[in-house]
Amino acid sequence: MTEEIIIAGFGGQGVLSMGKILAYSAIMQDMEVTWMPSYGPEMRGGTANVTVILSDERISSPIITRYDTAIILNQQSMTKFEHTVKPGGLLLYDPNGILHPPTRTDIRIAKVEAAKEAAAMKMPKGFNMIVLGGLLKINPLVKTENVVKGLKKSLPERYHHMLADNEKALMRGMEIVETVHDL
Amino acid sequence: MEKEIKLMKGNEALAEAAIREGVDGYFGYPITPQSEVLEYLAAERPWLRTGMVVLQAESEVAAINMVYGGAGTGKKVMTSSSSPGVSLKQEGISYIAGAELPALIVNVMRAGPGLGAIQPAQADYFQATKGGGHGDYRLITLAPSSVQEMYDFVHTAFELAFKYRTPAMILADGAIGQMMEKVTLKPQKERLADDKIKELYPWATTGRKKDAERTFITSLDLDPERFERHNHALQAKYKKIEENEVIVEMLNVEDAEYIIVAFGTSARVSFKAMDLLREEGYKVGLVRPITLWPFPKKEISQLAEKVKGILTVEMNAGQMVEDVRLAVNGRIPVEFYGRMGGMIPSPEEVVDAMKQKLIGG
Amino acid sequence: MVYKKTPLMTDKVLSYCPGCGHGTAHRITMEVVEEMGIQEDVLGVAPVGCSVLAYEFMNVDMSEAAHGRAPAVATGMKRLWPNKLVFTYQGDGDLAAIGTAETIHACNRGENITIIFINNGIYGMTGGQMAPTTLEGMKSSTSPFGREADIMGHPLKITELIAQLPGVYSVSRHAVHKPAAVRKAKRAIRKAFEDQLAKKGTTFIEIVSNCNSGWKMTPVKSNEWMEEHMFPFYPLGDIKKDGKLVK
Ligand SMILES: Cc1ncc(C[n+]2csc(CCOP(=O)(O)OP(=O)(O)O)c2C)c(N)n1
Ligand code: SF4
Repeated sequence: MTEEIIIAGFGGQGVLSMGKILAYSAIMQDMEVTWMPSYGPEMRGGTANVTVILSDERISSPIITRYDTAIILNQQSMTKFEHTVKPGGLLLYDPNGILHPPTRTDIRIAKVEAAKEAAAMKMPKGFNMIVLGGLLKINPLVKTENVVKGLKKSLPERYHHMLADNEKALMRGMEIVETVHDL
Repeated sequence: MEKEIKLMKGNEALAEAAIREGVDGYFGYPITPQSEVLEYLAAERPWLRTGMVVLQAESEVAAINMVYGGAGTGKKVMTSSSSPGVSLKQEGISYIAGAELPALIVNVMRAGPGLGAIQPAQADYFQATKGGGHGDYRLITLAPSSVQEMYDFVHTAFELAFKYRTPAMILADGAIGQMMEKVTLKPQKERLADDKIKELYPWATTGRKKDAERTFITSLDLDPERFERHNHALQAKYKKIEENEVIVEMLNVEDAEYIIVAFGTSARVSFKAMDLLREEGYKVGLVRPITLWPFPKKEISQLAEKVKGILTVEMNAGQMVEDVRLAVNGRIPVEFYGRMGGMIPSPEEVVDAMKQKLIGG
Repeated sequence: MVYKKTPLMTDKVLSYCPGCGHGTAHRITMEVVEEMGIQEDVLGVAPVGCSVLAYEFMNVDMSEAAHGRAPAVATGMKRLWPNKLVFTYQGDGDLAAIGTAETIHACNRGENITIIFINNGIYGMTGGQMAPTTLEGMKSSTSPFGREADIMGHPLKITELIAQLPGVYSVSRHAVHKPAAVRKAKRAIRKAFEDQLAKKGTTFIEIVSNCNSGWKMTPVKSNEWMEEHMFPFYPLGDIKKDGKLVK
């Protein structure tokens, strides 16, 4: 199994760290991983994206143009990445700030109201975990227990008091994700 | 023992490898996209772990000369930078090669020429493999294409550097430096004790022993006849390295009709392109030079006997392709596909290039 | 504060973090050029640092130098066009680390140029590494536990060093975080430019500034921190005036 994922949104939405948690979770179950960020001046407040590849085999290119899964968290990224999902793939998005929802019919589409929910839960930092929960509900790429383990590994010790909250956000994401279009 | 596995950036893996390899000194200066090396070391404080010295120099010129100074005393020393900074180090590298000192220089390449861009490139291939500084010298050049290799090649580079008393370079690029992958860490090695260094490296300046001859480190010789002999000795050493130290990875070459030659990030992209082409039924193989110098001439020359054509893929205007052409020597077509300025080719572009330039050709 | 926009700043959106002092320093430099009416006779040199794109913002003829080499580049320009007004605009890493030799020797030759030196105590551009001017105990990404002078060296008062050189005509230190300070800094730049046109020798203006991103503070907090910690070590005022050290 090889899963090629793009996570794209604004810098500050936790895009990169969400990719990192996913990667760490996959390592927990002995998979190969590659986490390739877009880097450069555009990171200052602008858009940020990261490619995460999980596989049972040696991973080839960290640079790819078509994805099995796209997680899209702002309109710019929707414009840029909707058409890059492979037919039969998955597009997961947060409708917050999206002016033009996805229209493709040859892919699976799901939405998760993560920004709204994070605000309701008074956990702005839990945003990306809600999204991740949504993803794993639709496409259980890694086991939930491994996400919790991965989270522990990727968070510095001084943030470990936040683990429980993050887990709560993850679970909430699994509850609120909705399928918009199925195949 | 359970394996120690971590998710790390290439730059971080390199820094951790330096600590665990028992490196004595690291000297660097910040530059994107390799600043994480110095930052990681500053946060890890290896001077508390192993006694390793870490110093932020005032410039790359100073850093490479700190390396020259440390290497001459038999210590295991290194520096890292990115393209513009490595250009500044060239004078020092020439001196290190001339004085026959072991050292590691890391270049996490970005796009040039000039201040260029901070995105990945492979445009320093000529600089690394053809002698970026003055004089007839060579630099053992290792090209990692994964984060694990960023880690492993620190060991390989120092092994070769000490074996031949010559500088070695790890030539990575911004993508390898910035991406994170799974790394298997090796156990901590002890740094060599001072007495051991004196015993193992009689050429090093460690203080003249009573009744013994002194040693000195220099790249200067004002007697041209003697200096020519020194140059001959250097060339003989380089020949030996060319004969014995080539490292190359070859994938799917057994039944291949076409070959892609690529290193570093380009090789990763080409790996995928090869898979895509094979899915379409084209018999394509991949040759990945790991030592860019010494270059796998023999291996490529042998393949030229049995395949129909070679595509070289690089993130530059076509540099390694010259070495591929020398190895092939006109027997089969050698084509090139590249991107520049910080752009990375996509697997699909490589597939198209292969079809247009060779298969369809 | 309301400013009249000088036509000598381009319409490009400044690439600086909100609250950063670079923008103000650019603007007053260009206002002085405008007010002196010397635009056709000005050549500027941009450094490598956050202000690497100064040539995109300052609407006069400019050249982009390699990291630290601006004073040498300016020397080349000035020696060949002695009647032009030549200035460099440099950060502390650029001027006082990699470019120390060029800085000291241009000043020691008394090159008739003006150096505008932005001292924010950190490498802003590359993500907050330690600079030669980073204060003792101050945290940066390469001194995450605070600068330890015994292994990382002491903060370098390059401006005081420069003032010692006989070729240097005037040296002063300013800030641009408050309107009164901005007015003072602008007057000093004007005086330096006038002295250069009168062929007096090197004129050197340091501006102690903030780097809210690198210091990891809000702009407001960074200015308070600057007054509290930077000013005591880098006191504002004249250091050398009309060729004489100020005591
Ligand atoms: C030869 C070389 N080495 C390193 C760099 C990377 N680099 C770019 S800017 C910079 C330092 C910037 O700091 P400073 O001069 O203090 O200016 P600031 O960004 O704080 O305004 C460095 C090290 C480079 N571009 N060229
Ligand atoms: S990083 Fe610092 S110096 Fe650079 S623009 Fe931002 S605040 Fe200014």
